[in-house]
Amino acid sequence: MDTIFREYRPSDAERSDRSAGDRLRHRQKVRESIRDNIADIIAEESIIGKDRDRVIKVPLRGIKEYRFVFGDNAGGAGQGEGDTQEGQVVGKAGQQPGKGDDMAGDRPGVDYYETEVTLEELIEIMFEDLELPNLERRALREVLSERSSKRKGYRHVGIRVRLDKRRTAKQRVMRMLAAGRGPRQMAEAAALEGNVAEERRFPFHKDDLRYKHIEIDTREESNAVVICIMDTSGSMDTMKKYLARSFFFLLYQFVSTRYRNVEIVFIAHHTEAREVTEEEFFHKGESGGTFISSGYQKALEIIAERYHPSLWNVYAFHCSDGDNFESDNPAALKAAEELSNLCNLFGYGEIKPLGSRYYESSMLNVFRRIQNPNFHTVLIERKEDIWPSFKAFLAKERAQQD
Amino acid sequence: MAKHEIKDLVEWDKRIREKVAEFGLDCFPQEFEICDHSQMLGYMAYSGMPSHYPHWSYGKSYEKLKTLYDHGVSGLPYEMVINSNPAIAYLMRDNTLLLQILTIAHVYGHNDFFKNNFTYRTTRPELTIETFKAHALRVRRYIEDPSIGLEKVEHVLDAAHALQWQCRRNLAIRKIGPAEQIERAVEAARPREDPFKKIHARPEYKEPDLRRVPLEPDEDVLLFIRDHNPYLAEWEKDLLTIVDEEAKYFLPMMETKIMNEGWASYWHHRILESLELDQGLHLEFIIRHNQVVRPIPGQINPYHLGFKIWQDIYRRWTNPTPEEVKRDGPPNKSGTEKIFEVREVERDASFIRRYLTEELMREMDLFEYEQRGDEYVVSKVSDEEGWRKVKETLIKNVGANSIPVIKVEDADFGQNRTLYLKHYHDGRDLHLEYGEKTMSYLQRLWGREVVLETTLDGKRSLLCSNDRGFSVRTLK
Repeated sequence: MDTIFREYRPSDAERSDRSAGDRLRHRQKVRESIRDNIADIIAEESIIGKDRDRVIKVPLRGIKEYRFVFGDNAGGAGQGEGDTQEGQVVGKAGQQPGKGDDMAGDRPGVDYYETEVTLEELIEIMFEDLELPNLERRALREVLSERSSKRKGYRHVGIRVRLDKRRTAKQRVMRMLAAGRGPRQMAEAAALEGNVAEERRFPFHKDDLRYKHIEIDTREESNAVVICIMDTSGSMDTMKKYLARSFFFLLYQFVSTRYRNVEIVFIAHHTEAREVTEEEFFHKGESGGTFISSGYQKALEIIAERYHPSLWNVYAFHCSDGDNFESDNPAALKAAEELSNLCNLFGYGEIKPLGSRYYESSMLNVFRRIQNPNFHTVLIERKEDIWPSFKAFLAKERAQQD
Repeated sequence: MAKHEIKDLVEWDKRIREKVAEFGLDCFPQEFEICDHSQMLGYMAYSGMPSHYPHWSYGKSYEKLKTLYDHGVSGLPYEMVINSNPAIAYLMRDNTLLLQILTIAHVYGHNDFFKNNFTYRTTRPELTIETFKAHALRVRRYIEDPSIGLEKVEHVLDAAHALQWQCRRNLAIRKIGPAEQIERAVEAARPREDPFKKIHARPEYKEPDLRRVPLEPDEDVLLFIRDHNPYLAEWEKDLLTIVDEEAKYFLPMMETKIMNEGWASYWHHRILESLELDQGLHLEFIIRHNQVVRPIPGQINPYHLGFKIWQDIYRRWTNPTPEEVKRDGPPNKSGTEKIFEVREVERDASFIRRYLTEELMREMDLFEYEQRGDEYVVSKVSDEEGWRKVKETLIKNVGANSIPVIKVEDADFGQNRTLYLKHYHDGRDLHLEYGEKTMSYLQRLWGREVVLETTLDGKRSLLCSNDRGFSVRTLK
């Protein structure tokens, strides 16, 4: 029987993309896996005020294909380059020097341990997880950049789109006249000498070009600062961090939609307060007592130094587990009042995973005495609370404006 | 196509087939299909099958292959051939003419091996394409059935894939049915004929426990569950059957990777050497051939190892050194006879055990490594004292030997319908994280508690998976 050769068939109809369905399903599984672990991921990632296109590596669980395989004490065989000695190191664990072909039934091997997602996708998943209503989601996602600009004079250099054709043409005419090559001058010269001008062309020169100049207009009243204060004393576990971070994130996004220039300040406190970076903010955990007033004092200091309320809109929010030293309560109350006088909006969020509030002290009762309309307290017990409490917090802002 | 046309390939194929016949290779009819790189990726993800049932793991495997390919980490194979009658092979469109010639010769080597090696006897190559297509149709039908749907099918397939390779390894050995098992149990319980029974005390007769299920430990875990879990629906049983059948189809390839690739490389080498290629082609042939069969430091390249052993067998039976004659006696058959016999009756483990000599191991500098801390350290090299150990370790890691042996011991452990399995420990512990997840799949299919007896750090231990979760208990 003769061997058959089948010709390459380039047409799409004959070679459907057979793995498309399985690839789609795989990607869905990846997304599900991210969603299942969103609390862990957000708690560990710096997302506030970061570029949306940034790519994040996300560890994955659940899409590995498990089988019974041998563990660490299995060993293997390999081939050397001719002079292998006993005791020689041939590889690092996890990389498998003796890995053969990728036939099923092999060792655990390198599997997809992590995947890459953009911050944008991650935030999208977080919004889904927090069950944000769709309309609000859009408002928060699209940071409006209505940065205004105005024309200011003309320049000899610039980019092509800003070329002012009218002025450029005028310049050429002026130069033409100055050179004695204007139409009337040419006619006179022709009459004088009795012959026709030999050269009628007069091209543009680069000195003729005129560009519109545009300056970016910064208006001082569009400055805002978000002050995030967090109690790092107790055990801020993953869930608490996730809750706090998503709340701060929403606040930042919200403020960014309304102001052009938004700055952000992180203050971590236990008995003393320090200004820190976002990473430190969420990763520092210190044992010891808590003086809430220390955090507020630090915020007041920073406002006085850098963000004067006449130039800046100040939004402050404080997350804590509510465990304050009894003796600090009057000081904290006083500082909170002072802070709420300076801020557009000042909030206190108490994060208490469900059930724990019955046996732990709470600051909510203490702060109830503050009468300022721009002060608001929220209690967050689980992630479903984030959005309602965030809305309640913002309702204060709306009420103020009305 | 770049520089060559189909008619060139047909011409070369004719010349190669003349050589194939001359050398005595015995092949199925052959079909070649020209494909581009994206089609090749598609075929690879589905093990070369023209049709295959859908599952997300194939999507994952496609993405992985594509990522590696796009980033240039790994190239694509020049060829892919599946064990079927007629044998189907894919040739990459962008290959050079020489690569196509080499590949065609290589494919005939595989083809001969598929047809003649004993491990492939059970794979029914004339039905391969139809079987896989029927599987695909059945699975698709379950997915489309509104009372079943994708989620449920996936639920079963995920679990079945996890246990796919927990099956009998040597398919040439007939599986003993229940009736015969009873017979054997009764036979074993009967007291042995004792010529001195007059002076011996009468041995106590122990009645065999014939109610025990299974009577003899059963290695086919999926099939056992299919036959002994009364709560499985017909479609679930069918999925288990499908997955098991595919495992048994691919098992011979796993079991003969080194022999098979070595055999194909050995023959493409001999065929191309005899084709009288012109100088340009011949030069490229030497380069390509050496790329394929090069040793990869730190690893075992099956092409290299297989090629070396086949060459060595041929040499030892054709032109042995005086020492070898002194040690093994003069060869009793010609080199060609010998290699054709070996390709029929061996599998990787026995092939290496019988034909990988100490000298060859030393020449190839094979070594054994083990994990110390987070590094792999060479523990034995192929010197006079260590080569047996290295060989033993190598054999432990080829084919199905790299999969733990796990058998069902009791389907009604503690009169509780708990499934009791035993890991036949050979010095290598199970990976616990993987063990935990796989146990939960096992529980999913069995529907009740599952217990696995194994050895961890030298202590007999039980891994249990039930509704309360997973636990590890050490037995005294």
